[in-house]
Amino acid sequence: MARLDAVTVSYGRRQALQAVDARFLPGAVGLLGPNGAGKSTLLKALLGFVRPDRGRLRVLDMDVVEQPLEIRARIGYMPESDAHIPGVNAVTFVAYCGRLSGLPPADAMQRAHAVLQYVGLGEARYRAVDTYSTGMKQRIKLAQALVHDPDLLFLDEPTNGMDPRGREEMLALVRDLAGRKGVNVILSSHVLPDVEETCDRVIVLHQGRVVAQGPIAELKGSSRHAFEIRVKGDVERFLAGLRDAGVECHATDEDVMRVLIAGDRGARDLFALAARCGVQVRHLQPSVQTLEDVFAQAVGES
Amino acid sequence: MPIHDHGYARYAGVRTQPGRAWAVIAGAGIGRMLSARPFLLVLLFAWLQFFVRAVMFYLAANVPQADVIAPSPATFRDFFDDQGFFVFVVAVYAGAGSIANDRRANALQIYLSKPLTRVEYIGGKLAVVMAFLALVTWAPALLLLVMQTMFTGSLSFVREHAFLVPAITLFAFLQVLVASITMLALSSLSTSARYVGMLYAGAVIFSEAVFQTLRGVTGGGTGLSWVSFSASLAQVGDVIFRVEPRYDTPWGVSLLAVALVIALSAWVLARRVRGVEIVA
Repeated sequence: MARLDAVTVSYGRRQALQAVDARFLPGAVGLLGPNGAGKSTLLKALLGFVRPDRGRLRVLDMDVVEQPLEIRARIGYMPESDAHIPGVNAVTFVAYCGRLSGLPPADAMQRAHAVLQYVGLGEARYRAVDTYSTGMKQRIKLAQALVHDPDLLFLDEPTNGMDPRGREEMLALVRDLAGRKGVNVILSSHVLPDVEETCDRVIVLHQGRVVAQGPIAELKGSSRHAFEIRVKGDVERFLAGLRDAGVECHATDEDVMRVLIAGDRGARDLFALAARCGVQVRHLQPSVQTLEDVFAQAVGES
Repeated sequence: MPIHDHGYARYAGVRTQPGRAWAVIAGAGIGRMLSARPFLLVLLFAWLQFFVRAVMFYLAANVPQADVIAPSPATFRDFFDDQGFFVFVVAVYAGAGSIANDRRANALQIYLSKPLTRVEYIGGKLAVVMAFLALVTWAPALLLLVMQTMFTGSLSFVREHAFLVPAITLFAFLQVLVASITMLALSSLSTSARYVGMLYAGAVIFSEAVFQTLRGVTGGGTGLSWVSFSASLAQVGDVIFRVEPRYDTPWGVSLLAVALVIALSAWVLARRVRGVEIVA
């Protein structure tokens, strides 16, 4: 679907992407990373908005530098920031985007109506886009990206500024597009649950580098075991003991900790450590690794 | 009911090859301008001079006493001079918000994520302004020539001044291109159409004021007319219409000044029209 080979992109002296190697396979792929990790830059490089200093980018088996127009005819892009054509209503805007993408006028208008219905703006399609709420603007950005029926959709923070219901509906649309409509999706977000709910695979970026990539299920089922644990006694000493033993630990609700143990160690080792630290284990429950754990490990290790 | 139950169908129809998007942008821009009534009023006023001159041509052709107002190449040159005000107004009206409004609404990244190049985007925007400017300069000037022929019932004037058709076309193109590309360049520098309009007016007035000041300082000499945006264009226009140049500046220098304005505007547009803002 898309691949980057040793891609470096700089803004002045700052390197936004550093020798990035990544493969976006068909389906829905999440692009994760904290703010400033280089997610938007990566999307913009794939779109041809920024030219890489080094490396090669290919989208849909075409070179981004050599065939940018052919690529853009087959992709849709939903930008992160508010973006629309000023002074027109929704259906005119979306139809216009269809025509810019090469659709005949009648087809563009027909698809604009259909796509606006699909994203839930059917009732508001004759309203000026300037008067839309934040959530509606997110939806219309998706509509303009979809109107020409792309093979690949770039979604940059699609749930930004949406209320919980709107967010759920947006994620349902993404799932539907990727799962039932055969549209490949690259979803860039710093909201982990959004990616976990919609994507099969993930690429984690941190400080312009790829720090993890692969199927989410595989990454979650890595060689680490997760436990929720509550102890009574000298918690600080226990925490220090965990750190010394190379066990990753995150605070969750109140006094419950979430620990991740690598290798073939398990609950028995936790009990032994607690005994050595003189604390009493009051609660110990095996848990599953979440994407958050994978993300924290990837970002923490880099 | 989940909203995606409304359905989404894949598209199996035809698609045009990339390269035609500029026409879509131009068509939409022209349509949008024509739907604004105040703009139509401006266009109507811009054609008043044409009607007045058409009446004068009629009288000159049919009333012997009106021979004094018979047309000459200078008449057509004067027509362009008198249309200068409307060139300014139409350029501001049609061009000030052209890119500025897109920048305000972040529309550039929408445009440039479609299968079109930056040149096509600028070409489409330029075509809108140029079309309306041609409508108030080139079209009425040519139509006046047609009127003159119709009123006299003879092609002798056109034959005698065969250079007029190319002169009208060349000068109108130059005038329209300079005004359009300058306006677009200024429009790409801001997100406020109003500010762009003021900037354009300022640029025209300031360069003229500098020229007039230098003229005063040098005791009435006009050798420095090249510093003025409009004076340079006027000087080139005089040469194209084969009338006595109004300033001492060699016309080649004036032409160079006009070419520099066009080149500078093109450079600004190339720097400012991008899908991503480079801030580093």
